[in-house]
Amino acid sequence: MSSNSLIFKSATELSQDLQAGTVSSVEITQAMIDRINAVDEQVHAFLHMDVQDALDQAKASDERRAKGECVSPLDGVPVGMKDVIAVKDQPLTAASKILENYRSPYDATVVRKLKEAGAVVAGRLNLDEFAMGSSTENSAYGPTRNPWNLDCVPGGSSGGSSAAVAAREVPLSLGSDTGGSIRQPASLCGVVGMKPTYGMVSRYGLAAFASSLDQIGPFSTTVEDAALLLEIISGHDSLDSTSYPTEVPSYSAELKNSCEPKVLGLPKEFFGPGMDDEVRASIEQVIEYYRSIGYQTKEVSLPTTDLSIPVYYVIATAEASSNLARYDGIRYTSRSERAENAIDVYAKSRGEGFGSEVKRRCILGAYALSSGYYDAYYLRAQKARTLIRQDFEKAFAEVDAILTPTSPTPAFKFGEKSDDPISMYLSDVYTISTNLAGLPGISVPCGFSGSGLPIGVQLIGKAFEESSLLQIAHAYDRAHLHGRQAPNL
Amino acid sequence: MEYEAVIGLEVHVQLDTRSKMFTRVGTGFGQPPNSLTDPVVLGLPGALPVMNQEAIEKSIKVGLLLGCKIAEVCKWDRKNYFYPDMPKNYQISQYDQPICEGGQVEIEMPGDNPSKMGPHRMVELTRIHLEEDVGKLTHYEQDSLVDYNRAGCPLLEIVSEPDMHNPDEVFAYLTSLRNSLVAAGISACDMEKGQLRCDANISVRPKGETTLGTKVELKNLNTISGVRNGVEYEIRRQIRAKEEGTPIIQETRRWNPEQKYTTPMRTKEMAHDYRYFPDPDLMPVKIDQPWIERVRAGLPEKPFDKQRRYQQEMNLPYSITSALCGDHLLCAYFEEAAALCKSAGKVANWVVNDLLRELSQANKVDEFAEEEAEKITPQSCAVSPQMLADLVNLIEDGKLTNNVAKELFPEMFTSGKSATELAKEKGLDQQSDDSEIEGICAEAIANDPDAAEKFRGGKEGAINALKGAVMKATRGQANPKVVDETLRRLLS
Repeated sequence: MSSNSLIFKSATELSQDLQAGTVSSVEITQAMIDRINAVDEQVHAFLHMDVQDALDQAKASDERRAKGECVSPLDGVPVGMKDVIAVKDQPLTAASKILENYRSPYDATVVRKLKEAGAVVAGRLNLDEFAMGSSTENSAYGPTRNPWNLDCVPGGSSGGSSAAVAAREVPLSLGSDTGGSIRQPASLCGVVGMKPTYGMVSRYGLAAFASSLDQIGPFSTTVEDAALLLEIISGHDSLDSTSYPTEVPSYSAELKNSCEPKVLGLPKEFFGPGMDDEVRASIEQVIEYYRSIGYQTKEVSLPTTDLSIPVYYVIATAEASSNLARYDGIRYTSRSERAENAIDVYAKSRGEGFGSEVKRRCILGAYALSSGYYDAYYLRAQKARTLIRQDFEKAFAEVDAILTPTSPTPAFKFGEKSDDPISMYLSDVYTISTNLAGLPGISVPCGFSGSGLPIGVQLIGKAFEESSLLQIAHAYDRAHLHGRQAPNL
Repeated sequence: MEYEAVIGLEVHVQLDTRSKMFTRVGTGFGQPPNSLTDPVVLGLPGALPVMNQEAIEKSIKVGLLLGCKIAEVCKWDRKNYFYPDMPKNYQISQYDQPICEGGQVEIEMPGDNPSKMGPHRMVELTRIHLEEDVGKLTHYEQDSLVDYNRAGCPLLEIVSEPDMHNPDEVFAYLTSLRNSLVAAGISACDMEKGQLRCDANISVRPKGETTLGTKVELKNLNTISGVRNGVEYEIRRQIRAKEEGTPIIQETRRWNPEQKYTTPMRTKEMAHDYRYFPDPDLMPVKIDQPWIERVRAGLPEKPFDKQRRYQQEMNLPYSITSALCGDHLLCAYFEEAAALCKSAGKVANWVVNDLLRELSQANKVDEFAEEEAEKITPQSCAVSPQMLADLVNLIEDGKLTNNVAKELFPEMFTSGKSATELAKEKGLDQQSDDSEIEGICAEAIANDPDAAEKFRGGKEGAINALKGAVMKATRGQANPKVVDETLRRLLS
């Protein structure tokens, strides 16, 4: 079997091949390494790749399998990590200069679970610095390029994770989603990306951006693969007090069960102006398909939709200003060589170590929390957040899932929005409210624009009902498999 | 003009828990620097706090002990500031919803003399909140070193109302608070180890006025005497300022224990904006009534309640109870021995005089010792409550004289042997044998017929010569009561 064919297989297919004994984990991992060597110079999805460590893990997996001790369907399958998820002894830069020389001494809970499941945890994937951005242009180590058009952004912040899967450099990856950072780049790169319910996946070991919004989630080429990865990383963790004590069903097994047609909500506020015509057309085709297989659609209203961006940028930046305070040049972060006293160490190390978007958000957030402004900004934003959550609750009384575009436009060009923070922030307009409400959301590839750029549809589910959401997404995806189409690189 | 000081205290108490406030790493004093750390303590990327239930439970216990209202929910806030003592550059604390509100600390002021009980009163509390302790910085000429062993340890901040007026009250408050907390197993409250720390808010005003003067926060009061001296100095300084007409500015001042004065640290204008907000990493924890009741069931008797009980039910004198009730371990020892004994009063005397003396000698700090020796407690010492009770019972039964017992006790303390055992070894127990005493008494009468005759003739004092002879013959080991009875019987 040529390595070329290996890289185009889904994780489910690789898992089956491993089980059949037609391929080894070392072969898969080597094919992945070869692919990275071949295309990553163009894509720049990877910030770091420990080849030897990946091959060692693959070898250990093959040895387990030979002894009949295979531990999970993903045993031997490579999974890439966004460079904010801690892997023991591997770098963790968060795409920031300030963490240039940092290596994590411990594994994130999701990484521990993946290692226990035998997955080959390999590669550090690019992102907007500290997950702040929607284009990966904010990486201190250079942007990632969209594999479908190298002049376009891959989306962000998990642009490395989405581009690596789209470019077939790795079959699966993990990203983090605070306001759309998994779903938007998945949409722009033509792959599946899912943000689970807040509390479904442990955040222990995820370098925090906004604690009350962050969730780790999977990237894959199919919904089936996403289910496979999600069921391994989900579940209660005693190291994260915001993780929810609930049983995790086998999502991949439940996908195989026949699923009754459901009711899909179409929020009228999402289908207003600002949506690209090709995106609109593509979404309408998805709606048509669902109707054709017996689904009902229903207009719903989420009247507080226009609050979500301002609310998000108060809450997320406030939490970030505090979460990022630890990067101070004192201990493990890079210290400014120009620092002459204690205040200098903080001011200059942070001044030199952080990029402008990170600084902008830290300043915004610190302002929102300042004495005298707290009530007007942070407290008010929290109240508005409750209203947004209640909007969704009302809508979900009538529907099983909500269907929207993931992003108002397909991938945009480098530099197109990087000088205009507001227009950049608006690229998350459809995804942000999901995080504020803590709900699960998934982006599924649903076609291409005239210029060949991928378009994604977003499905939003009820809290902790990932299984149902995956079933609905799968109903579309199994019939279309747009994510299985690979770009020419 | 006469001035009055108004003082409120902020007392920080390190809770004695097995692990830190938000992670599994252990706690302890004197460990190698930065050995009690992990990703959470060091604030590494991705590390998250998880609450320590034992710390919450101990805080509830303190609240119940001091009569506070316990919050229905234990909620956490972040206090943001940049300083290397806190690796995250924020401290997890409680801002607007402390775990306890209100409450009182009973204090006792000095009496007219040490054997008389002084007046008692309640000092009102404002609130008690739980937070994580910070690391310890040591500054050198060029560098500063930081030790995070203490960082993240559960720390309780007990804030009093401005309800004290002089250093004696401050001292009484701290002593009472410490006794209660130690007795309840909350903390060892050793100020030298930083387990109990205290800041004082001090203002002065003309006597009779009700509005508060400008307040100064006093820090670095590291010992109980430091608190007393620092507060005393600061009151004097403020009164002098008032008298001289210099304005008192709202500021934080540092007590300098060597030079014995206070110096400014920072003014109100330099105060931080801590940008408090609810910690999104920690879910609030509900404190329900059954939980509170479970903790209440485990509350110990308060030291002053215990003292009143000893005085009322056991008829112990004030001086004895005050010596006992400052030390809950001594009380526990005493109560155990008293239960095995005919005279609680006598046991109390032995505990307060002899046992305490031996303990304090045994625990004398050896300045040249490399490691701090384990402290001997009443419970760990060689004389068990049973052994002390036996000793007291032997005296009561006339089998040992008080003098012999006093001589034996230090040996019991060092050897762990019982009184009976030691008396036998030394041949001292024989004297209580009636027949032998009788022989010696008969001999004394025979040797001094003159004295015998005088006594028989009604001269009561003549018996003393005979007693003296018996005591001399027995090297003072005979029980005087037995000797007296025997002589009278033989002479009648």
